[in-house]
Amino acid sequence: MRRFIAVIIPLVVALAGPAKAAEVTSFLLENGLDVVVLEDHRAPAVVHMMWYRVGSADEPRGVSGIAHYLEHLMFKATDELESGEFSATVARNGGSDNAFTSYDYTAYFQRVASDRLELMMRMEASRMDGLALVEEDIATERDVVIEERNQRTENDPGALFGEQRRAAQFLSHPYGIPIIGWKHEAEALTLKDAVSFYEQHYGPNNAILIVAGDVEPDEVRRLAEQYYGVIPPNPNVKPRNRVTEPPQLAERRLSYADPRIGQAYVVRTYLAPERDAGAQEEAAALTLLAELLGGSSTTSFFADKLQFETQVAIYSAAFYSGLSLDDTTFGLVVVPSEGVSLAEAEAAMDQAVADFLEAGVNMEDLERIRVQIRASEIYEQDNLSSLARTYGAGLTSGLTIEDIQAWPQILADVTAEDIMAAAEKIFERRNAVTGWLMTEGSEELMQ
Amino acid sequence: MIRVVLAAMMTIALAAPLKAAVEIQEVTSPGGIEAWLVQENSIPFVSLEIRFLGGSSLDPEGKRGVTKLMTGLIEEGAGELDAAAFAEARDGLAASFEFSVQDDALSVSVRMLTENRDEAVELLRQALVNPRFDEDAVERVRAQLLSGIRSDLTDPNWIANRTFDDMVYGDHPYGSSSDGSLESVAALTRDDIVEAFRAVAARERVYVGASGDISASELGLLLDRLLGDLPEKAAPLPGPAAVNISGGVTIVPFDTPQSVAFFGQPGIARNDPDFFAAFVANEIFGGGGLQSRLSEEVRVKRGLTYGIGSYLVNFDDADMLLGRFASANDRVAEAIGVVKDEWANIAANGVTEQELDEAKTYLTGAYPLRFDGNGPIARILVGMQTIDLTPDYITSRNENIEAVTLDDIKRVAARLYQPENLRFVVVGQPEGLEEIN
Repeated sequence: MRRFIAVIIPLVVALAGPAKAAEVTSFLLENGLDVVVLEDHRAPAVVHMMWYRVGSADEPRGVSGIAHYLEHLMFKATDELESGEFSATVARNGGSDNAFTSYDYTAYFQRVASDRLELMMRMEASRMDGLALVEEDIATERDVVIEERNQRTENDPGALFGEQRRAAQFLSHPYGIPIIGWKHEAEALTLKDAVSFYEQHYGPNNAILIVAGDVEPDEVRRLAEQYYGVIPPNPNVKPRNRVTEPPQLAERRLSYADPRIGQAYVVRTYLAPERDAGAQEEAAALTLLAELLGGSSTTSFFADKLQFETQVAIYSAAFYSGLSLDDTTFGLVVVPSEGVSLAEAEAAMDQAVADFLEAGVNMEDLERIRVQIRASEIYEQDNLSSLARTYGAGLTSGLTIEDIQAWPQILADVTAEDIMAAAEKIFERRNAVTGWLMTEGSEELMQ
Repeated sequence: MIRVVLAAMMTIALAAPLKAAVEIQEVTSPGGIEAWLVQENSIPFVSLEIRFLGGSSLDPEGKRGVTKLMTGLIEEGAGELDAAAFAEARDGLAASFEFSVQDDALSVSVRMLTENRDEAVELLRQALVNPRFDEDAVERVRAQLLSGIRSDLTDPNWIANRTFDDMVYGDHPYGSSSDGSLESVAALTRDDIVEAFRAVAARERVYVGASGDISASELGLLLDRLLGDLPEKAAPLPGPAAVNISGGVTIVPFDTPQSVAFFGQPGIARNDPDFFAAFVANEIFGGGGLQSRLSEEVRVKRGLTYGIGSYLVNFDDADMLLGRFASANDRVAEAIGVVKDEWANIAANGVTEQELDEAKTYLTGAYPLRFDGNGPIARILVGMQTIDLTPDYITSRNENIEAVTLDDIKRVAARLYQPENLRFVVVGQPEGLEEIN
């Protein structure tokens, strides 16, 4: 019964990824462009995606939001295309296009009839090294980005609270800075900032092309050579070298009240390891831990303790996604019932975690989750766009195709002992940020 | 009993002649339940979309929110199983049943593996025929619904939506939130919930779409098992809403940095001879892409918003032309001025030949791309049935769009876009914006 609850869970727990969902072919062009082809011939359509190994966590300090702002500007003029012509051409061909930016990647995609693939490649190649920005586009698009920030964040106290918690979670790592940028920095971004970021990070040697749908790998290779193969590698591209978090020694606690809050809740995140190439086992154990502890609002350990056995909470969850280049977070959230204070809710949450550590894994629960993991491999085959995104996000987060394909089996092989070992390690309060989102006028003080 | 209709999915678009064929089979079960099926055996699962017409609009007087609360409880225990046991059984089969309700319909979106389909159907049958509505589950889900309502009360989007609907639809169920109010939901009893279930879950208003690994004869047997024990008759539908709208600007003061604007006026009926012309006109005016006039003028040229669109919305009981955007408090007045100008412009001048050609190639080319997997196909099949389309619509739809002429658009735009009836509801602290009643 998640649908009534307005609390936004920051990350969706993806139980499994694809394995043999589609026929997968990959190759590398001489200029460094990685190419992945996912064949699915059920419908004559194709998803064409260009993923760059650069995201907001690769921004220089002081220009937060530049990765996302540049993503917007990539729809403006290039040497060959007028401003707006890219999307207009896609639409004229019956397709749709868009783009998205995250901490670790920026991606551009189109979905069209498969006989339009060549046209998509011609245009995408044009903006890989031929972006031709002018001042007039820059100013209005920056206003658009500010309105996007207003819509997503400034108008949403839950989102503002999330930004503050993330900033507290990461002491030095840029994951603590919002993808869309701090408002004062995003407002001040310039043409020079955008061009400099583009010249530093865009090029075939920092990109992954994913083509999914009714295509033949040989044909994709021929077209990719023709349009992308001729672009020289960008010599400015350097391996990503992010700062390392210092040891986190002190637990952080913060509270935020806003008159626009209608429902209080408590949320805690712990610093957590991510999936690493060739070493995904701990992340797999954490994925199953989140599922067992708080993955279902009816059958999870949290639901049982906090919503059924007692009625402390009207909603509770645990969340974790290991898809990240650097360390990520494992989170818990409890929305208290009416009359239950945040202090009581937090105490009940801690007690439930302690009870879980005491009780260990219920094998029937684990078996049900394994059934769902196996089934997700079947269901995943039906959603090609999601499959393409799984590969793109995995490859830009430091994983290999083999890692991505091995993931369902690694999940299936996780034992109860693995899960408990991960649990014993993860709940370290010195690594944790606890946040209370409060209604205005609430008398409660955070302990 | 099983009639097969072949509907080749064709596009005669200039640009993107997709060659896919979706073969819709019209299935009637031995017990007389009808469904549409697209059989696709390559992946071993099936998606079912089951839709009961008459959703939250069936809430009786004074019981607002009861259909929403009831829908949230259908999966919370059925037959011999309490809420947790039911969820365990469902998860153990890796099946998924999603119950949702809108103003006009209650939907069940189902996904089941071929390997254990019979067991999944039996479990779902329990929920549809023998939901328990246990007292503890009622209280648990009621608390969740109340929490959602409390959050919504301070959400500018929700406030704008509510203010607009209340003004336009008045006492019709569309005029109030389908979640109900804190007071109405607190007062609902278990008897109210049982009654709300009986009001909607009946054979006379059920529609089914299926896509995936199942044959027509298998589907027929499944339908009888799943739905055969439901009663025949549902509660009467509320009837048409009297749409009461006048041009102007309504401001709801709310302390937040960005104003949220909803706008709308009366729309056009789905069976109007000019519906397709109106549909194409609105795609050009406020359609999904960045290419629409509203997006070009408000976002691309002036940077006044992150997103703006206008939509022809055909509720069962009202036809509307609606839209929304959000702009910083000091810029929303300018954005509203631009929208008004565009409204008057298209009403007076229609669109250009180039705009029409581009909209046609987009719409006809994009249509086949919607048939993207078993779940989306099952939903499309149900949507078509509920508005009385026939399977050959999949072919004729693009022909209808191609047939729209510049004159058609000019005629329909002059009739459809009514600047004098365009109402804005703005929630925020808009600067330099006057209320106009």
